[in-house]
Amino acid sequence: MSTKANFVKVKHLYSRAGFGISYSDLEKLSKKNIDKVVDVLIKESENDDPINLVNDLESKRQLLAQAGLYGKKDLSEDEKKMRQQIIREQNDVGRDLNIAFVTKMINTNAPLREKMTLFWHGHFACRSRIPFFAQQLNNIQRAHGLGSFKTLLVEVSQSPAMLQYLNNQQNRKGRPNENFARELMELFTLGRGNYTEHDIKESARSFTGWMYDKDGSFIFRKNLHDGGTKEFFGKIGNFQGENIIDIILEKPETAEFIATKIYRFFVNDTPNEAHVKELASSFYNSKYDIATMMKHLFTSDWFYDNENVGTKIKSPTEFLVGLSREFFVTYNRPQVLIQLQSSLGQYLFNPPNVAGWPGGQSWIDSSSLMLRMRIPSLVLNDGEIDFSGKADPEDEAVIALSRTATTNANSNQKRKSYVDANADWPKFLETFPKHLTPLELTSFLLQPKLNQKITDMVSDNKGLRSTAIEITSMPEYQLC
Amino acid sequence: MNRRNFLRNTGFVAAGSLFVPAFMKPLEAMALDELSLYKNLVVVQLSGGNDGLNTVIPYGNDIYYQKRKNIAIKPEEVIRLNDMQGLNPNMKALQEIYDQGWMTIINDVGYPNPDRSHFRSMDIWQTGSDSNQFLSTGWIGRYLDSKCQTCKYPYTAIEVDDSLSLALKGQSKKGIALKDPAALYRNTNDPFFKAMLKSDKEHLDEDNLGYLYKTMIETQSSASYIQNTSKIYQSSSAYPVSGFANQLKTVSKFISSGLKTRVYYVSLSGFDTHVNQVNQHGNLLKQYSEGMAAFLKDLKRNNKLDDTLVVTFSEFGRRVEQNASNGTDHGTANNMLIFGGKLKKQGIFNSAPNLSDLDTGDLKYQLDFRQVYGTILDKWLDVNNADILNKRFNTLDFI
Repeated sequence: MSTKANFVKVKHLYSRAGFGISYSDLEKLSKKNIDKVVDVLIKESENDDPINLVNDLESKRQLLAQAGLYGKKDLSEDEKKMRQQIIREQNDVGRDLNIAFVTKMINTNAPLREKMTLFWHGHFACRSRIPFFAQQLNNIQRAHGLGSFKTLLVEVSQSPAMLQYLNNQQNRKGRPNENFARELMELFTLGRGNYTEHDIKESARSFTGWMYDKDGSFIFRKNLHDGGTKEFFGKIGNFQGENIIDIILEKPETAEFIATKIYRFFVNDTPNEAHVKELASSFYNSKYDIATMMKHLFTSDWFYDNENVGTKIKSPTEFLVGLSREFFVTYNRPQVLIQLQSSLGQYLFNPPNVAGWPGGQSWIDSSSLMLRMRIPSLVLNDGEIDFSGKADPEDEAVIALSRTATTNANSNQKRKSYVDANADWPKFLETFPKHLTPLELTSFLLQPKLNQKITDMVSDNKGLRSTAIEITSMPEYQLC
Repeated sequence: MNRRNFLRNTGFVAAGSLFVPAFMKPLEAMALDELSLYKNLVVVQLSGGNDGLNTVIPYGNDIYYQKRKNIAIKPEEVIRLNDMQGLNPNMKALQEIYDQGWMTIINDVGYPNPDRSHFRSMDIWQTGSDSNQFLSTGWIGRYLDSKCQTCKYPYTAIEVDDSLSLALKGQSKKGIALKDPAALYRNTNDPFFKAMLKSDKEHLDEDNLGYLYKTMIETQSSASYIQNTSKIYQSSSAYPVSGFANQLKTVSKFISSGLKTRVYYVSLSGFDTHVNQVNQHGNLLKQYSEGMAAFLKDLKRNNKLDDTLVVTFSEFGRRVEQNASNGTDHGTANNMLIFGGKLKKQGIFNSAPNLSDLDTGDLKYQLDFRQVYGTILDKWLDVNNADILNKRFNTLDFI
């Protein structure tokens, strides 16, 4: 394999398995055989480095305080203030957590681990008002994102964030709530059509008593658990949640469902049946070891086929993180990252529903595309944004509290807001060899093969910096 | 390529010089007679869960006053419509509209197993799904997808906003979001973007890159069409000063200038009134009513009211009983307000909410919101509602 062909391969690998690669690292890695590069990629992601933004003890104190206020009918003025204060703090910390996740993706030395975390973030989609819960779920996805799918699934299922989001807190003996059981099979494991309503009912009974207590720790409440005999996929027993998960994992449909989703996320919007089958059996035979499946994927020849290179539409996160990473951008007003996520249609920690973001072409409509094409020149040149996303439905209560906020939310004339970011141009330019031509820079920055039009467009351009801004403003830059 | 131009340029060029592929061209030349029978729909979204019981007030029902000791609207303040229901006093501007027969109130609209999360319920209303079903396309988006006679172009559905709501996203077609046609026109006509589209035909196939180029071309073409068609028309009507009224003014400008758009979408935010509701809610209802009244009168003046149907919804109503903070918490069924010059049933469409037969404190719905959508699709947008809503819904007789 020539270095030049390997160059394209490694670039593709890092674009999909991570958030891009610097020119200097690419040059280094291109000298290695692709299997070795995949080993490096996996090795880089060995360490699990959790986000520790939200303070554990403080959150537990807040949760206990909230639980105390919750039951009361008439709150004193002080208690009302305290409740509002807690909610306000939770909102602030929630935003910080979002920024912490994005920043981690931008700065990480473990790109595959963060990419997997992003994948599971969309797969086990969940919203939680309590940042501590959200952080914990995010860290579960990070810790086990490349490990055992079974461990990941059990931990996610026992996380307060998910127990709350899918109402397992209300799932008790005699009064089952089937929400969690249904989504577990429909969206997390088997996929629609691979189970019956009876299976849902019986598994919901098995998960009764899976709850979290006042301070937010998982607890199995035996007295609320339905200890009767259940029938699940033809098996009969006194099942508990773990048994249900075991039986679900025995079914190869689960491996196929996850492999299909992995394929769509990492390879192509349109699954290739044979390739998905390969992935699924590697996953199933390794007893659901995620790293084994990912290694199989990244070392397969077909992963590097033309039809899979530069043909996927970047998600808003991939787009923002990739751009920021590539140009060493620092955000002096990091909240803008939230504004951009929301305007582009992927507000992290706030998926539209438990099915996650639909992805693919649904990322793009006329307004999101126009905004995407303008963002690089705004971020890299500290421009002014005249674009404001909609109010998040969860923000409505805050808006409703004040007349000014209502007026602002419904006003046509928003205050001017600036991206207020700095790209480190010297550092960016240093990653390149001397005498790099604009055309070479272009073919590095874009994943799709260059065509005549782009070649013509950059040929009259002398400066690397202006070339970079133009290239990142093209539709081609939206692909990875 | 000149970088300064790309980064700073705000000037624009005459539309005739656009490099648009041939298949996009004819839409710029529209025969006027095609427009005369053009019916359009305006969807108004009230975000946050509007308290329907303090909007259309069941002042004839004692239970309303028992359950809402601090926030009920006094009977003498209510704008009475019949002996049971009336409008919130902040909706004075709509009295005239009501009296003209341009308004219909549909009570108790909802869906089975209602969801009280803003996000989820808004999703359900925007996609027209069942409450346990997740759709990634909106009901208007699927209307665009349906290849109906009049939904060929991206500007068939316009949202007057910066970003596009799920309601307007279809599988293969999507509406267009714009707050200010001139700004979108300037952005899409940036010389750099134009240069990218110049004589580019090789990208218009079905892959993702083709999709991006197609979207870009359609956006540019639509922006030019919208800007050039609508700049001719200047509304002489007075609108109140509010963002919401401004959105409606833009819609009116589009309708009156003969834009071939079938669906417009606007929204008003801030209805999640859990605390000290009365003032804030009143303020929003005032903005809503004054904006709406100005809009409808403007359309009437331009002979467009008969061709226009306006429908207002919110993701859910509030609970019947007020909470301890003089606000209301998330509830279920709600009223929908319909406006237009050609309403078949004017006034109040169905019986007032039954406050004595509640589902653990919440109103039971009489009508599924998809019956309202279905009626609009069948009778106003001329498509079979089963094709858009995935199953057939019975239509209602308000249009």
